Amino acid sequence: MTPEDIRKAFIEELVNIAPDIDPDTLEGDEHLQDDLELDSMDILNLVAAIHKRLGVSIAEEDYPRIETPDKAAAYLAQRLGA
Amino acid sequence: MGVFRMPSLGADMEAGTLVEWLVQPGDHVKRGDVVAVIETQKGAIEIETFDEGEVARLDAALGQKLPVGTPLALILGEGEEAPAPAAAEAEAEAPAAPPVKAEAPLPEAPAAAPAEAAPAPAAAAPGGVIPASPAARHEARLRGIDLATIAGTGPGGAIVLADLDRAQPRPAPRAADRAQMLAEMRKAIAAAMSKSKREIPHYYLFHRIDLQAATDWLTATNADRPPEERLLMGALLLKATALAAARSKAVNGHYTEGFAPSAEVHAGFAVALRGGGLIAPAIRDADKLSLDETMAAMRDVIARARAGRLRSSEMTDGTITVSSLGEKGVDAMGGIIYPPQVALVTFGSPRMEPAVVDGAVQARSMVTASLAADHRASDGRLGARFLTEIETLLQDPEAL
Repeated sequence: MTPEDIRKAFIEELVNIAPDIDPDTLEGDEHLQDDLELDSMDILNLVAAIHKRLGVSIAEEDYPRIETPDKAAAYLAQRLGA
Repeated sequence: MGVFRMPSLGADMEAGTLVEWLVQPGDHVKRGDVVAVIETQKGAIEIETFDEGEVARLDAALGQKLPVGTPLALILGEGEEAPAPAAAEAEAEAPAAPPVKAEAPLPEAPAAAPAEAAPAPAAAAPGGVIPASPAARHEARLRGIDLATIAGTGPGGAIVLADLDRAQPRPAPRAADRAQMLAEMRKAIAAAMSKSKREIPHYYLFHRIDLQAATDWLTATNADRPPEERLLMGALLLKATALAAARSKAVNGHYTEGFAPSAEVHAGFAVALRGGGLIAPAIRDADKLSLDETMAAMRDVIARARAGRLRSSEMTDGTITVSSLGEKGVDAMGGIIYPPQVALVTFGSPRMEPAVVDGAVQARSMVTASLAADHRASDGRLGARFLTEIETLLQDPEAL
């Protein structure tokens, strides 16, 4: 998987959780909770979806490392060795 | 025999629009089965039946906005026979009538003899009138269907709504426009909250609770779990509140003609919808669920609340409501009780704060729990005991 694939996968799962988010206008530095208004259940469902799709289990202490699409893409790429 | 009627799903509901039948005449149903979907101000709700038996007849047409109490279908118990269509027709004309209360006449005493099992052609009965239910007749007129071209499967060969659909399938109901749905929900919230503030003498209590033990336990528990099995603090707060409510009867129940405490705790769980709006479906027997089960129930109702697929019992069964303001919110809220309930517990956002433990200042995770309660059902002293019970339970999270 290329870093671009990983980013795309993350954003697809994010939009599944919050279908009103438009992936075309989503900015890489938007904060999942503060800007996109995901709540703790949304974050947990997102982390579970990523676990299923990419096989990466994100520990709770690492949640701050996926708090924006840019950070999440970098973190997941690092975890996947991409 | 049961007449399945447009249910009231809250103090604020006057009418609903029938959008889907999930049963057909001849289907067997039991108590709790979902038989229809109605569109309300709070989105589409799956309606359950309280009767067991066979669906004899569908009396209401899709797309009709019908007052609470309107007969929608007839369900016959074993060995029962449908009354002649004539008997039911008067009932089915109800849409224009004011909401029908339970004491309204049911079509239990057929005016004519029960329909015989005799073969009944869909042809015109003597006198040239094609037998059809009033709803089918109305619907056929709207859709420009000639009844003479339809084969009836209802009592006495009468044409019923399902026959029309078989002859001329209808397009799927259009998904309600989201902005309009939210505007409708705002009206429903306005009506229910105005009624609550008019009628319920609220009192409010606030209590600081140390969540450090619960937080530590949750962190350790989740560290060993894959994401899909992790718990949220919200599950602990809900369970602790439900357990405390089971012990403090005067905050758990309904106030209608006086206060009726409930033996069961069905916790209304407030779910905020993206884009605005709020709905609090009931999680049944919330005091008896394990934390994993509580978590699964929360996940389930959140998903269905957002998709607009809650069930009627979830709209009406709540005996107390719990609202968590989430991780990034404010400290506390003095909420408004959802009638006919008598209490609402709100948890603010937990924060790390200096707290005095054993005479020394420590950084602890703290949360403010607030209680809005009905003074007709309880007083402040009992409410205080209820909140401190929640606090006590949260100090021993593994026992939840």
